Amino acid sequence: MAIRIKESGLATSIQDLGRPGYYHLGIPISGAMDRFAMRVANLLIGNNESDAGLEAVFMGPVMEFTEDSFVAVTGAEMQPRVDGELRETWASFAIKAGQTLSFDFLKQGARVCIAIKGGIDVPVVLGSRATYTLGALGGLEGRALRPGDALQTVSSSTKSVEGATVPADLRRLPGNPAQIRVMPGLYWHRLTEESGTRFFGDTWKVATEADRIGYRFQGGNPLQFVEREQPFGAGSDPSNIVDSCYPYGSIQVPSGTEPIALHRDAVSGGGYFMLGTVISSDMDLIGQLQPNMDTRFVSVDMQEAIRARGQRNTLLNKVRELLN
Amino acid sequence: MSVRYSFGGDDHVFVEIEEQMSLEAFFKSLSITNSVRESQISGVTEICPANASYQIKFNPDIIKPEDLLLELKRFEQHAGSSGRRLKTRVVDVPVLYNDPWTHETLMRFRERHQDPSGTDLDYAARINGYDSIDSFIEAHSGSPWFVTMVGFVAGLPFMYQMVDRDRQIEVPKYLRPRTDTPKLTVGYGGCFSCIYSVRGAGGYQMFGITPMPIYDPDQGISYLKEFMVFFNPGDIVKFRPIDRETYEEYLGQVESNTYEPKIRDFDFSLDDFYSDRDQYNRNIGEALNGD
Repeated sequence: MAIRIKESGLATSIQDLGRPGYYHLGIPISGAMDRFAMRVANLLIGNNESDAGLEAVFMGPVMEFTEDSFVAVTGAEMQPRVDGELRETWASFAIKAGQTLSFDFLKQGARVCIAIKGGIDVPVVLGSRATYTLGALGGLEGRALRPGDALQTVSSSTKSVEGATVPADLRRLPGNPAQIRVMPGLYWHRLTEESGTRFFGDTWKVATEADRIGYRFQGGNPLQFVEREQPFGAGSDPSNIVDSCYPYGSIQVPSGTEPIALHRDAVSGGGYFMLGTVISSDMDLIGQLQPNMDTRFVSVDMQEAIRARGQRNTLLNKVRELLN
Repeated sequence: MSVRYSFGGDDHVFVEIEEQMSLEAFFKSLSITNSVRESQISGVTEICPANASYQIKFNPDIIKPEDLLLELKRFEQHAGSSGRRLKTRVVDVPVLYNDPWTHETLMRFRERHQDPSGTDLDYAARINGYDSIDSFIEAHSGSPWFVTMVGFVAGLPFMYQMVDRDRQIEVPKYLRPRTDTPKLTVGYGGCFSCIYSVRGAGGYQMFGITPMPIYDPDQGISYLKEFMVFFNPGDIVKFRPIDRETYEEYLGQVESNTYEPKIRDFDFSLDDFYSDRDQYNRNIGEALNGD
């Protein structure tokens, strides 16, 4: 054993970069909501970017180490403590057998990624160690961690150093209000032009129903739909469609009131229209939104989405160069 | 059929074959997605057929969105007559209709239902013009169903009734979704039946429960050892009403890991089906039970 979980936080789970390839059977990709942060946490201690770490939301776990190890915490601004002594986020630090890792209060963002030397060792299921709780799959028994759980790490001969760090300009967190870029599409034509314009003009607030499946938003104007004759097999509500797949990041608006952006543990399909999709480079940012935070959706086209993806790739490459 | 293409962000293509549900649309979706899978386009990471649409996830660092779109449109043009036959299987699914567990659940969430005075079966039978629950159950279990999509949650099949449209059962979903549904509930929403693979939230009307597990992440169940999800799009399902005694018997077999679902291979032809649906459905029944 390498780690004993003494307190588990609100919802701490084992995550890596996910499990692509099974979405057609309703098994979502899962993995860290802030993938950039998980990659960087691993890089900071010399792990592979795809090694499994922990994702903790709003409140950190308390973990006792039974072996010497190295740790890095990235993502949200929630400082780690070793036997009570503060450590920096976005930096590597050593921890000795018998020492306890705990966390300070959350100051900014929503989720920390905790990388541990070698990565957490649970069985690889369908190509990944990520936890998908709805399907009781992956991670530790397919569930969030509980007090008393014991975790193993993969033995690693890679050299880790203390004090490796990533400067502030190479980190990513949403601003305030958060700006989330969205490509209108899918069933966008179901909205009146005026209503579509208003969706991007309104300021929305993150609702309390915000988890790994999806983020709900409130406070904007209800949407107005274009009149139609109900297609056979779709429900009678104007927001219903014949059940289809849901892209990751797609924004559905049941009954036209509260938009929900699906995330890594997405339900893979259903019968609600979607007005567009969060671009791939901004998915990580959603994972760092707190309830009640003001959020603006910004309309972009494919060209801008691809440019934003390129910028994110460049950022990651700079971190790789810095740490390798 | 006017096929509609849309990008879902910079890493999905969403393709609506038809706005309404039809077997034609499903067969086209299945045929195109099969071609995409066979062609092994580099950069494609997820290929998801759905009821009357499909979705591809891709890595735009590897394949340009507009290049993938062109490829998919080419597949659409070639999805002709070869896509009207399907080598598939027929599966027997025993169902305890009107069971105590979904009944307890539907009573618990009655205020979220269109008609709080009766049960989901009462309501579905009435609005579909059946004079009793029994005749409604007869209709639900009397014809086979096509699995036209697997998803929502892991391993959940959406099934489409193989009868003329004017005989198809249609029911709305609950006014507000439940926060609980028993595992293996046989449900109904819109024109689709489903089997809830896991316990959880749900908005479909609840008709009964099957003892036959269809998802096992631990892969301990004998027939789910090779893969944890039982159903695939294209499977044909025949529901078989069972009584409480048979239900308990099957449950015992599931617990001792000796339950084996009845499965037969079947070569399905859409054109033969259209020429005489009732006769064709009898053939499907014979393929399943004729030995």
